[in-house]
Amino acid sequence: MLSIKNLHASVEGKEILKGINLEVKAGEVHAIMGPNGSGKSTLASVLAGREEYEVTDGSVKFLGKDILELSPEDRAREGLFLAFQYPVEIPGVSTVNFIKTALNEKRKYHGEEPLDAVSFMKLMKEKMNLVEIDKSLLTRSINEGFSGGEKKKNEIFQMAMLEPKLTILDETDSGLDIDALRIVASGVNKLRDENRAIIVITHYQRLLDYLQPDFVHVLLNGKIVKNGTKELALELEEKGYDFIKEEQNVTSAI
Amino acid sequence: MKEERDVLEKTVASDYKYGFVTEIDTDVVAKGLSEETIRHISTKKNEPEWMLDWRLKAYNHWLKMEEPKWPNVHYPTINYQDIIYYAAPKKKQTINGLDEVDPELLKTFEKLGISINEQKRLTGVAVDVVMDSVSVATSFKKQLAEVGIIFCSMSEAIQNHPELVKKHLGSVVPMTDNYFAALNSAVFTDGSFCYIPKGVRCPMELSTYFRINTENSGQFERTLIVAEDESYVSYLEGCTAPRRDENQLHAAVVELVAMRKAEIKYSTVQNWYPGDDQGRGGIYNFVTKRGICSGEYSKISWSQVETGSAITWKYPSVILKGDNSIGEFYSVALTNHFQQADTGTKMIHIGKNTRSRIVSKGISAGKSQNSYRGLVRAGKNALNARNYSQCDSLLLGDKCGAHTFPYIESKNNTAVIEHEATTSKIGEDQLFYCRQRGIDTEAAVALIVTGFAKEVMNQLPMEFAVEAQKLLAISLEGSVG
Repeated sequence: MLSIKNLHASVEGKEILKGINLEVKAGEVHAIMGPNGSGKSTLASVLAGREEYEVTDGSVKFLGKDILELSPEDRAREGLFLAFQYPVEIPGVSTVNFIKTALNEKRKYHGEEPLDAVSFMKLMKEKMNLVEIDKSLLTRSINEGFSGGEKKKNEIFQMAMLEPKLTILDETDSGLDIDALRIVASGVNKLRDENRAIIVITHYQRLLDYLQPDFVHVLLNGKIVKNGTKELALELEEKGYDFIKEEQNVTSAI
Repeated sequence: MKEERDVLEKTVASDYKYGFVTEIDTDVVAKGLSEETIRHISTKKNEPEWMLDWRLKAYNHWLKMEEPKWPNVHYPTINYQDIIYYAAPKKKQTINGLDEVDPELLKTFEKLGISINEQKRLTGVAVDVVMDSVSVATSFKKQLAEVGIIFCSMSEAIQNHPELVKKHLGSVVPMTDNYFAALNSAVFTDGSFCYIPKGVRCPMELSTYFRINTENSGQFERTLIVAEDESYVSYLEGCTAPRRDENQLHAAVVELVAMRKAEIKYSTVQNWYPGDDQGRGGIYNFVTKRGICSGEYSKISWSQVETGSAITWKYPSVILKGDNSIGEFYSVALTNHFQQADTGTKMIHIGKNTRSRIVSKGISAGKSQNSYRGLVRAGKNALNARNYSQCDSLLLGDKCGAHTFPYIESKNNTAVIEHEATTSKIGEDQLFYCRQRGIDTEAAVALIVTGFAKEVMNQLPMEFAVEAQKLLAISLEGSVG
């Protein structure tokens, strides 16, 4: 589904990603872990098409297409969804209105008619139950005055509505208390199926307890330096990132 | 829901939608302004002597006045001798129904999307269409007459209800008020007159569409609305003008009178031709709008969505004379390309316990300049007067300007006047958030702007709000590069 080869990217002339390789198949959940400043969020931004980041080398194929050639909106319409670490407020625009616009833009792109009001409401009701989000939240201006948990829940609700092929959760666990984390994680779990893939970007093990990733990758200084399964996450939790750094130093010394 | 879709779809279209010219025989008085022009207009309209005298008095006063220079707008000097002051569509005969109206005219309405038949049938809105200064068709008159409401052209009112016109014309905006009001008083050709008798709640929204049609004809509308004790009326004013290369002057005067416990709600959607993207052409919209809450517990509310005109100079105001009266001003002013807007309101608190509320949303794009100018004055007898003003500006790009000029004058210490102002830009983060959800930049801008203006949009009657929302989107086409 997603094939990243030797991806290099920089911002304001400073190289952040220094040759990322990653293969993600349908149905898989990958976790990308790493300390602050390792390039985790940059990877998410580059995949979503944020224009401040310049891709200097490498390729990214998504469902067979070279997505680096596509605008951010077309990447989204192709089925790539980024759950933001810091969701943005848009005063006066309700989540309902926002998501309806987004959904219909996507449908238009795929040559489908806009969803009529009744079908939209029906779909919304179904997804609301799935991610346990309150309706009153959806009629308020999107993200305005939302708590951290509400914002993240709202992101997962949008994910549920748009039914993306590939979801990138960018530090979705940050700023969540344990209850919010559980609700968000269970929402994500309900949306898992064999046709979709998820990339979880996180600092900590705790979200992974709920999500149970198939693969764990450690990002350090712009490169994936270690690949493993969920046991690797546990090891990181126990030992911290230092042991990998040390391993790296050893390798580079040789 | 469907309307919101339309808005987004229309953002891709690009030309000024209403730039067409209707070809109908027009009766035109030669260019230029003099006593003779005014006599000519008055004769054409078969006016009584007192009306002519009033016009001439205004004209003589106007001659002594100077064009105001204080607004934050710039334009070449207007040659008042180069303007046609009277152009009326030639009447074939007396019109009894729509089927007798010039088919060309009806086509124009259809292009504007305001087919009178449709309006009548679907919305129950009475439409008094002012085209080139003379009212051509007035609908629903009968139904209104049954409850004693007079809704007609100003010309008819002068003929049929001279006592009402004499009493109220110029009572809120005196002919000497300002340069453009004096000019209007001298040469106004037509407009709407509306009288709501005591205790009557107008059963429908009254609506007037204005159009400038003849090349070079300045349009000088005169509107007067009088609401007697305990009455209510909601009035909609919408404007669309055909595309022109030459600048056209529009100097209207609107006067509202609200008696004891009466309420007048006046809504405007203004989309006169704004000029092209190089700043050529467009309407000069120099308007004086003012209402007086003359009785206790009366209320006047102005709502406006201004997207058109090369230059807008307008301050719909309320004089809060009656104790416990309320004045409101809700405004969205959008400027793009080289448009200039200097708009706002005046809330003059005279009576006790008077309250006013101002919500102004300015949106600037392109190389436009958008100014809010507002005055809140609490007189010495305006005990416990309250005002709340909120002025928000939204900037698109870095070549436009937003300015706020709030003036506050308080002559008694029981008055509470609050003013809040914010300026924001559409953020890259907001745009990226939308784009990541599949909403492209233009649609995202339309969405964000609509959200920004929501508080004001909510004040508009439903069908107007839909049109206004479309206009905002259309007006911002190509504003984000």
